[in-house]
Amino acid sequence: MASEPPPPLLSVTDLHKSYGRGSARFDALRGVSLDIHRGESIAIVGKSGSGKSTLMHLLALMDAPSSGTVRLEGKDAATLRGRHLNRTRNKTFGFVFQQFFLTPSASVLENVVLPLKIAGVGRAERRRRGLAALAELDMQDKANNKATALSGGQKQRAVIARALVNDPRVIFADEPTGNLDSATGAVVEDILFRLNREHGITLIVVTHDDDLAARCDRRVQIRDGVIVAEERSAA
Amino acid sequence: MKTGDLVTTAAANTFRSKTRTILTVLAIFVGAFTLTLTNGLGTGINRFIDDTVSAIGSADVLTVTKTGTGAAASGEPQKYDPEAVSAANTNPGRPGATATVSALTDADISDLRALPGVAAVTPTKAVQIDYVQVDGGDRYVASASSLIGGQTPQLAAGSAPDGATDALQVAIPESLVGPLGFADAADAVGATLSIAVSDPVRTQHVISATITGVTEGAFASATALTTDPALEDALFAAQNTGVPADQLDRYASASVTLSSSTPQAVDEAKTALTDAGFTGQTVSDQLGTFKAVIDGIVLVLNAFAVIALLAASFGIVNTLLMSVQERTREIGLMKAMGMGSGRVFSLFSLEAVMLGLLGSLIGAVVAIGVGTAVSAQLGQTLFSDLPGLQLIAFDPLSILVTTVAIMAIAFLAGSLPAARGARADPVESLRYE
Repeated sequence: MASEPPPPLLSVTDLHKSYGRGSARFDALRGVSLDIHRGESIAIVGKSGSGKSTLMHLLALMDAPSSGTVRLEGKDAATLRGRHLNRTRNKTFGFVFQQFFLTPSASVLENVVLPLKIAGVGRAERRRRGLAALAELDMQDKANNKATALSGGQKQRAVIARALVNDPRVIFADEPTGNLDSATGAVVEDILFRLNREHGITLIVVTHDDDLAARCDRRVQIRDGVIVAEERSAA
Repeated sequence: MKTGDLVTTAAANTFRSKTRTILTVLAIFVGAFTLTLTNGLGTGINRFIDDTVSAIGSADVLTVTKTGTGAAASGEPQKYDPEAVSAANTNPGRPGATATVSALTDADISDLRALPGVAAVTPTKAVQIDYVQVDGGDRYVASASSLIGGQTPQLAAGSAPDGATDALQVAIPESLVGPLGFADAADAVGATLSIAVSDPVRTQHVISATITGVTEGAFASATALTTDPALEDALFAAQNTGVPADQLDRYASASVTLSSSTPQAVDEAKTALTDAGFTGQTVSDQLGTFKAVIDGIVLVLNAFAVIALLAASFGIVNTLLMSVQERTREIGLMKAMGMGSGRVFSLFSLEAVMLGLLGSLIGAVVAIGVGTAVSAQLGQTLFSDLPGLQLIAFDPLSILVTTVAIMAIAFLAGSLPAARGARADPVESLRYE
């Protein structure tokens, strides 16, 4: 038994997801199976409406599939409910969105420690870990600035600090560079891959940017709700 | 999320959109201000009545009359009752009340003494004073009221007549101090007052008594003297000079002191009195009608305040619905990060409660300020004849109840938007394609 390899971090089998009913029914995913291992960086590539965002939502346990199973470390996610599900999501995942989703009126530090606040971490501990995460991204001097006062690249770095603050095992990055110019985008990409290398955080990038996808260990091409191609980098 | 964080986050969120918050709080403020003020009005007037009641008589003293044979207000012909006396002579009587009661005789007094729970019975001797005078000065009309056991008159100077001695003592009302020729209230204490009464054959008898104190005029008549039992007996005897002995023991009413002043004991005594053919009333019974009217008025005013609060609660609903709408993304993000629906509901509910708290606190503080200023001003002008009246008084308990009630209304108003926020689907909220 001991020789058996550990189950993949995330594993989905024959995933279907449809929205609506009858003639308005729309099948976003039509049978997707995928294993994601610890420390991997994987790009989910596809056009708008291909189902890549739906797949990310299902992987992040934000939504339940119509059929098929999502396993987190071998455990069926359908068995996770309510408080337990929320806790798992809070401790396991970090999110980086294209649109940042920073609360404009709050300070950068307050934005960064939001996951810790939700987890119920004490104030002093929150501040310590929030500042550490900001330091990791060379943002400690901006801690008390209002989130609106940041440039696009700084905002995205604040968002990455927020994703990082709770020591997640997986960071979901949905078009992380979509709103940035190419120079700033490259910096943000470097940061994400450095975290992947140095902290062993599994990186799941959803993008239609081929250059970003090319930097990942593995690329999964998705079209019309099915995986059409899967390729691994030579390195 | 910890409850403490939830509260501070809600408080911070309340001030995110300042103009909207201020306008909503203002709407609640109007209701809270009105409610605090009207409650204060009720508290002030009722407190004044309570103070005055303890000045007129204590809780364990009943004024007992014999239940009359006919309805005085009835226009129908009534049979002659040889025992009937006019209740206008009873004291203390309700202002403006004219009723005919049957006289109490010494036999009735004995019956009363025998009733359970009765500690003492004092027949009220109605005395009609012709005039009062000091050192041959101007003569003034006055009435007399006897000191009932346990009564604590509000005194401007000196002390109340001592009921335990045989000395003839009297306390005069403040309004008679100047007319009788005294410089001030303290000057009157120790002086001798001449009191004249007429007997049935119109012979005037003058009796001298020592002034021991000066009473503040309030609900009690402005010209009522407070006499001790010895003086009352002397006046009564003088007034009935020449009356046949078997007609002497006619009393309009009697004061019955109970052995216990608990509401239950008072109720039992009243029942016993009714069964024995008497009617017993405490001073608070007699003033109960006043209080009922005041409570009624306060209730109506409160109803208006509650209508204002209802209008304000729709403001809360509107404010929070806008807030939920604006923060859809934020709610989605928090839910994606593992915040439960219950906590999202709590967060928005707390924001509603925070609005209610702000409105009611500001309302209460401003109402206390305005109410205190207004009643101080009125106390010097319109109500200067009623010393001790603070028209608008504030009771911490009723302010606390008002605040909690407004917060509860705010919570109810906030529950609809909060439920909408809690239901939000993170996937739907975070969609931007």
